[in-house]
Amino acid sequence: MTYIPIADQPNELHDPHTFISKYVWSQDHKVIAIQYGSVAIFVGLVALFLSALMRLQLGYPDTFSFIDPADYYQFVTMHGMIMVVYLLTALFLGGFGNYLIPLQIGARDMVFPYLNMLSFWFYLLSVIILMASFFVSGGPTGAGWTLYPPQAILRGTPGADMGIVLMLASLAVFIVAFTMGGLNYVTTVLQARTHGMTMMRLPLSVWGIFVATILGLFAFPALFVSAIMMTFDKLIGTSFFMPAIVSLGENLNTAGGSPVLFQHLFWFFGHPEVYIVALPAFGLVSDVLSCHARKNIFGYRMMVWAIVIIGALSFIVWAHHMYVSGMNPYFGFFFAFTTLIIAVPTAIKVYNWVLTLWEGNIRLTVPMLFAIGFIFTFLHGGLTGIFLGNVTVDLPLSDTYFVVAHFHMVMGVSPVLVLYAALYHWFPKMSGKMFNVTLGKIHFWATFLGTYAIYLPMHYLGFLGVPRRYYAMGNTDFIPDSAQALNANITQAAIFVGIMQFVFIFNIIWSLKYGKKSDPNPWEATSLEWQTPDNPPVHGNWGEKLPVVYRWAYEYSVPGAKDDFIPQSIAPEDVVMEEGAGKYVDRSEEH
Amino acid sequence: MNPFRFLLEKSWQQQTVSGIPEGGEFTTSPYKVALLFFLAVVTVMFGLFITAYFVRMELDDWRPMPESPLLWLNTALLFLSSITLQWTHNVLKKEHFKKFKIGLVLGALLTVGFVYGQVTVWGQMQGEGYFLYNNPANAFFYVLTGIHAIHILGGLFVWTKTIVKYWSGAELEDLKLSTELCALYWHFLLLVWLVLFALISYT
Repeated sequence: MTYIPIADQPNELHDPHTFISKYVWSQDHKVIAIQYGSVAIFVGLVALFLSALMRLQLGYPDTFSFIDPADYYQFVTMHGMIMVVYLLTALFLGGFGNYLIPLQIGARDMVFPYLNMLSFWFYLLSVIILMASFFVSGGPTGAGWTLYPPQAILRGTPGADMGIVLMLASLAVFIVAFTMGGLNYVTTVLQARTHGMTMMRLPLSVWGIFVATILGLFAFPALFVSAIMMTFDKLIGTSFFMPAIVSLGENLNTAGGSPVLFQHLFWFFGHPEVYIVALPAFGLVSDVLSCHARKNIFGYRMMVWAIVIIGALSFIVWAHHMYVSGMNPYFGFFFAFTTLIIAVPTAIKVYNWVLTLWEGNIRLTVPMLFAIGFIFTFLHGGLTGIFLGNVTVDLPLSDTYFVVAHFHMVMGVSPVLVLYAALYHWFPKMSGKMFNVTLGKIHFWATFLGTYAIYLPMHYLGFLGVPRRYYAMGNTDFIPDSAQALNANITQAAIFVGIMQFVFIFNIIWSLKYGKKSDPNPWEATSLEWQTPDNPPVHGNWGEKLPVVYRWAYEYSVPGAKDDFIPQSIAPEDVVMEEGAGKYVDRSEEH
Repeated sequence: MNPFRFLLEKSWQQQTVSGIPEGGEFTTSPYKVALLFFLAVVTVMFGLFITAYFVRMELDDWRPMPESPLLWLNTALLFLSSITLQWTHNVLKKEHFKKFKIGLVLGALLTVGFVYGQVTVWGQMQGEGYFLYNNPANAFFYVLTGIHAIHILGGLFVWTKTIVKYWSGAELEDLKLSTELCALYWHFLLLVWLVLFALISYT
């Protein structure tokens, strides 16, 4: 075996002694994960606040004088970009990727701990640059999260001076951070697994994070490339993307560039980005569902293949975001075809989640509630995706609230529900404390029902033809007054859901201080992270000896076994059976 | 053998560790794996730049830049540095430390020569009035060569770490790996440069 120091040698770890090296410049994957997670949740709250401001404007136009059209576009842009990149990507991969990969594969840390630390600090730097754009003259960019040129860098768009430059710089730094982290995750999964942990014994969480990381490594360069070229267009006056333009009555120096080229580059990143967020969610939710249903995940191998196939397909569907861009119509045909194909492995996953629940011994814990909620919202968002994947249906709906409803259900609400499922599920391991269950359930029902109250009516608004991206609807004949009443209701629901997220924040902070001490394995789960000698696990994770893995991560409710779960690290001969049940055997002979 | 065979394992059947190699299915050094992934990422990045180049080239305001003969000299320098580093790796395997030192330093000098040459070309071009913002062809030329040069500088950073390793008396295996990866990285950047050079020359 190739010698990997930190994978099997506890003495190779540089034990931190001071507060600073332990909690600030830490190289421990668990601390880095929590740093990543805290920053991501913080910016997520900023984005949540921005969405509340947007909703106030939409629900009660002409009421809030402090929101002018420019502000509104800045809120939309920053809300979108923060949620997609700085919250979801960072929390799933930087947060859960960092925390779970070494623990679930049985390693002491990431393969390159120093690089891991750098990754976090670059991420923090990118967040600081992004937040700084709120305070420069002109404010942050208001170009929409897709940053389409030419308008993104032209006068007249809010934040076209410094805002857009800071946004592009922040994205570039984020991509550097992600690449450092991503190389680490991929290498760690491939190289640092403990003895017996074959690729097909990995929990699906690791598979989801692993494939999503590979997607990220190959998709983010597209954003990087377009960010660099747009920065040149903005600062030096090149014409990569800028056509000849008459702006505010004067001819600009640019000529001949192709805005559609930017759109292709952007969505070559943008579509895989959807799966960079979705695949870790798929993985995490599979583990949560299986554990709390006390049943092995249905069709493990198919689940892994589906993750891989979705990952591969996600690179050839990007132009379905561009049906209205004026590209060659035959492109639309091709991309509609691939888009609908990708529904097949995705549907396999949904069926397998439902079949995992079938005849399971379901424990309706807080994480399980969120995981089941995810199946609903994801199915819902996925189905409207099949509508929009067709060119002819997309064209009339593309610029309406139907699209807003679709992508919020499928990649807003759904991944966030998984994030909550995962945060509640792994909180006892991360902190050693138990959260308050009642508050957790209140949080779930408020979030789950509340988000439906927000997004279901938006589908209807979309069918009415209410356009998205508008600051105010004004007087338009085809939009009835009832649409405005509905908008006000949506705003009320959104504010309610927004406020209820603080129940979660309160629960976390309160439980950290006053929560009951948690059992090392409160959910009676099989995967390795629950079998650590210390709870929460300490630097180095495993004490003297690394665990040895004898089986896959889904050995629940085995007939005849005394407990309804058999951890991955228990040798077959050590499994306790009920009296008269006979011996626990290697099942390879039975098949 | 099918490299994706591991995806066929029926992991719900077997309950043993016997027969599973302790390091898993992949036995390459993690540093090499990380580097290969990084090279793949860089390939994607340049690939996208080149795609954008071809798309942009078709539009009618494209005016190709004149080619500087100095670029041929630079290409030769980079080519030699790549070969030198390979040679350095080979002599290190035979534990000729003196040759190793010469090779390592020579490789770096040739590389610095290449970067210096590129900077000179930029100066020449600007002196002749081909600025970044005049034409998309110029813009692509500066951006592509610039990003390539930045990657070369990154390589020199790793090269510095290798020589520090040698000074501080690192283990031979460690040193061999570093040198091997340096050589690999240089070959890769040479390849990228040849593609870029061909692109710039023939379009």
